[in-house]
Amino acid sequence: MNTPRAPLRAKTNVAAARVPELIFGDLWEFDPAPESADPRLRDQYDLFIDGTFIPPRSRKYFDTVNPATEKVIASVALAGPDDVDAAFTAAQKAFEGPWGKMPGKERGKYIYRIARLIQDRAREFAVAETMDGGKPIKESRDFDVPMAAAHFFYHAGWADKIEYAIPGRRVEPLGPVGQVIPWNFPLLMLAWKIAPALAMGNTVVLKPAETTPLSALKLGELLMEAELPPGVVNFVTGAGETGASVMAHPYAKKIAFTGSTKVGKIIMRQTAGSDKRMTMELGGKAANIVFDDSPLDQAVEGVVNGIFFNQGHVCCAGSRLLVQESIAELFIEKLKRRIDVLRVGNPLDKNTDVGAINSRMQLDKIEELVASGIAQGAKMYQPSCALPGSGFFYRPTIFTGVTQSHRIACEEIFGPVLSVLTFRTLEEAVDKANNTAFGLSAGVWTDKGSRILKMSTLLKAGVVWANTFNKFDPSSPFGGYKESGFGREGGRHGLLDYAKVI
Amino acid sequence: MRMAKSSPFKRLLEEIGTVDQVGVEERAAKFATRSIKNNSKLWGLKTAVSMVDLTTLEGKDTPGKVTSLCQKARTPGDDPELPPVAAVCIYPAFVQQAHRLLAGTSIKVASVATSFPSGQTPLRLRLQEVRQAVADGADEIDMVINRGLFLAGEFSAVSDEIAAVVQTCGDSKLKVILEVSELETYDNVRAASFIAMRAIRAEDFIKTSTGKTPSNATLANTQVMIEAIRDHYLATGVPIGMKPAGGIQRAKQALHFLVAVKETLGDAWLNNTRYRFGASSLLNDLLRQIEKQKTGAYQAPYYFTDSSESY
Repeated sequence: MNTPRAPLRAKTNVAAARVPELIFGDLWEFDPAPESADPRLRDQYDLFIDGTFIPPRSRKYFDTVNPATEKVIASVALAGPDDVDAAFTAAQKAFEGPWGKMPGKERGKYIYRIARLIQDRAREFAVAETMDGGKPIKESRDFDVPMAAAHFFYHAGWADKIEYAIPGRRVEPLGPVGQVIPWNFPLLMLAWKIAPALAMGNTVVLKPAETTPLSALKLGELLMEAELPPGVVNFVTGAGETGASVMAHPYAKKIAFTGSTKVGKIIMRQTAGSDKRMTMELGGKAANIVFDDSPLDQAVEGVVNGIFFNQGHVCCAGSRLLVQESIAELFIEKLKRRIDVLRVGNPLDKNTDVGAINSRMQLDKIEELVASGIAQGAKMYQPSCALPGSGFFYRPTIFTGVTQSHRIACEEIFGPVLSVLTFRTLEEAVDKANNTAFGLSAGVWTDKGSRILKMSTLLKAGVVWANTFNKFDPSSPFGGYKESGFGREGGRHGLLDYAKVI
Repeated sequence: MRMAKSSPFKRLLEEIGTVDQVGVEERAAKFATRSIKNNSKLWGLKTAVSMVDLTTLEGKDTPGKVTSLCQKARTPGDDPELPPVAAVCIYPAFVQQAHRLLAGTSIKVASVATSFPSGQTPLRLRLQEVRQAVADGADEIDMVINRGLFLAGEFSAVSDEIAAVVQTCGDSKLKVILEVSELETYDNVRAASFIAMRAIRAEDFIKTSTGKTPSNATLANTQVMIEAIRDHYLATGVPIGMKPAGGIQRAKQALHFLVAVKETLGDAWLNNTRYRFGASSLLNDLLRQIEKQKTGAYQAPYYFTDSSESY
C-alpha cells in the first residue's frame, strides 16, 4: 500500500519580516507609441441628407472637442427642426422609391459593401473615433471598428433570408426610422442601429451624440463611396433638441434610442399616444458576481475589463462587484494590484489602457458621485498614476465597504468607478444584484456549471456573462429588463424590431 | 471506518485556486499588443540579452560546438556595451569543459540533469547525475519533474524528488522544469508550479519546458506560472525565478514575455537573477534588433557571429 509521505519542505530564508509586496515602478518605462494613421478629418461638416452634405437651414454650427486635449477638432452643423424635416422627407422619398421595393438580395450587396469599406479604412476610423471620443486607440482599433464592420456583415447576410426564418409569413419594412445614439460607442452604436434597419428595408434618420458626431459624418462620406441610394441613410447632428425632433417626427414609423434612462423616459412621454414603434436601450448598473470557487486571476481580469473598458462609459459596465465574503479581502488585494498597472493617458498611445473621459460634463458627474461615495463613508482606492496636464481624465477608482444604500451602488456613474459589495450566499447575491431599477447585464464567476445556469435564470438582466464579461456578437441579442429599456439589438430578435411580420 | 481518499488534484486546486483557460489566454494576448518603442525597446532588448541561457542540448553536440557556444556567450556581438548572456545550458558531459572556458566571467554554467528530458530513470541515478554535474562545476542545474508521478497524483513523491535534488545541488541554483506540454491543462501547470515552489529555495527557478516536445513556452502558460510565483511570493516572501524555454525565437516575443513580467511580478523580477530565457536562436535576433535600434537599418543575418539557426 502506498502511504503518502510527509512533504519535504526545503529550507528557505524568509528574511523579510515585513509583508512582501510587488514593485510596479519605473525601471522599464514605455516610450510614447502614438498611432499615426491620418484620420482624414475636415475642419467643417455639414448635414448628410439625401445622399450629400448640405449646409444646415438653421445656419448654426457647433464645435466638437478632443476630450484628451480640449482642442476643437471640427465645426459641425447644428440641425434644427427644418433640417430634421428635410432628412425625414428624403428618407420617406427613398423608402417610397427604389429602396423600399428592392429585393433583399440587392440590399444585402450594399450592406456588404459598407462592411468592406469600413474594414478597408479601419485604421482611419479608429483614429477618428479615439480623437473625438477619448477612448484608447487599442479599443477603437481592436473592438469598436471591427465590431461595427461585423454588424454590417452579419446583417447583410440576413437581408435576403429573414423570410426563411419565419416560414409562411411575410416580412415587410416599417418605413423611415428615427434613431438617436450615445457618445460612448459612436461608430458601433451607429452600426447596431443602421445595419438591421437597412437589412429589413427601412430608411434611416440618425442623430449621433453632440460630443461625438465625427464617425457618423465620416460614415456619410463612406456611404457616398458605397453608392448607397440617396436618402436611405441621413445624419443630422446636434444636441438634445435635434434628438427630440428626430424622435417626434411624424414620418418616423419607429424610433430607436440608446442613452440615459432619464432621456428615454422623456422620449416615451413625448411619443405616448403615437403609433410609433419603439425600442429603448438605456442605463445599467450591472453586478459582477464572484463566487469563492472562481478562477480568481481571470475573475479579476474580467472585473477590470467590465468596469474600466472604455473608461466605464459602457451601459452594461460591471459597475458593482459582488464578491463572496470568504474571498473578499484577497480578491480586493488582487484587484488593487491589477489596477496599479493600468496605463491612463493619451488615448492615441497604443499602450494606453484607460483613455479620456468623454466630456467636462461627464467628468463633473463622475466627480460628484465619487464625492458622494466618500461622504457616505465608503473607502476609496485609486492608483497613484500620473494624469496628463490637459484634457479630461480620471483615475481608475475602487470603492470598498459599499452597501446597497450608497448612491454609488444605485446610480449609474458611467465612469471608471467600481463599487465593491460582499455577499454570503447565492440567494443574497441574487437579491443584491436584482435590487436595482436597471437590468441590462450581469456577470457570474464560478467554477460550478450548474450554479451558472441557476444564476442566469434568477438574474433579471438582458445578458448574463459567465466567467467572462463584455463579450458581444452581432448574432446575440442585446437589451434590457426594467428601466434598462426594451427591445433587442442583434440576432433575429433585433431584426424583427425593424420589420412587420404579416 | 476509512474515508475514501479524495483526489489530490482537487485538494491542491481547492487550496491554490483554479485557472480559466479562456481568461488566461485573453490576458496573455494583451501583452502582445503592447507597443515597445525607442529607448524602452533598447532597454528591453539588452535586458533580454542578459537573461539568455544560451542553450545547446542535442545528441550531436561536440566539444567544438560547446567551445563555440561559450565564446558566443562571452561576446554576443562586437558592441562592448552589450551585456554577456546569463548562462550557457548544456548536457552534463560538457560541464567540465564549459566551466574551464567560462572561468573568470559572470556567465554561469547550467547543466540539465536528472535524465533530461524524460526523467525516466531511478531517482538514485538522477541524483548521481546531479552530483556529478555539480562536482564538475555546474553553477545551475536544470532538472525535470517526474511527470508520471504528477499525473498519477503522487504529489508528495514529486515533491520529495525535487527536495532530494535541492539537497544534492548544494550551492548550485536549481531550475525545475515542469514540461508544461505534458501536463496539458493550466490547472495542472499551476498545481505543478506550487509543488515545485514549495520544495525549492529563494531564487531557484521554475521552468516551462525541455524544448524536446512539440509545444513549449507560450505567453499563456508562462502567465500561469508567473501568477503562481506572485501568489507564492506574496504568501511566503520567497521569491522564485522564472524561465520560459523553447519556442521563443524572436526579439519581439521576448519583449512581450518581459511586458508580462513587468505587469505581473513587477520591477524586482526584471533581471537575470529572477528571469531567464532558455533559447538559442533568440540571441541573434535580439542583437539584430539592437543594431536596428541604433542604426535604423536591419543587418543581414550573416553579420552576426555563430548564427544559431544553422545548427
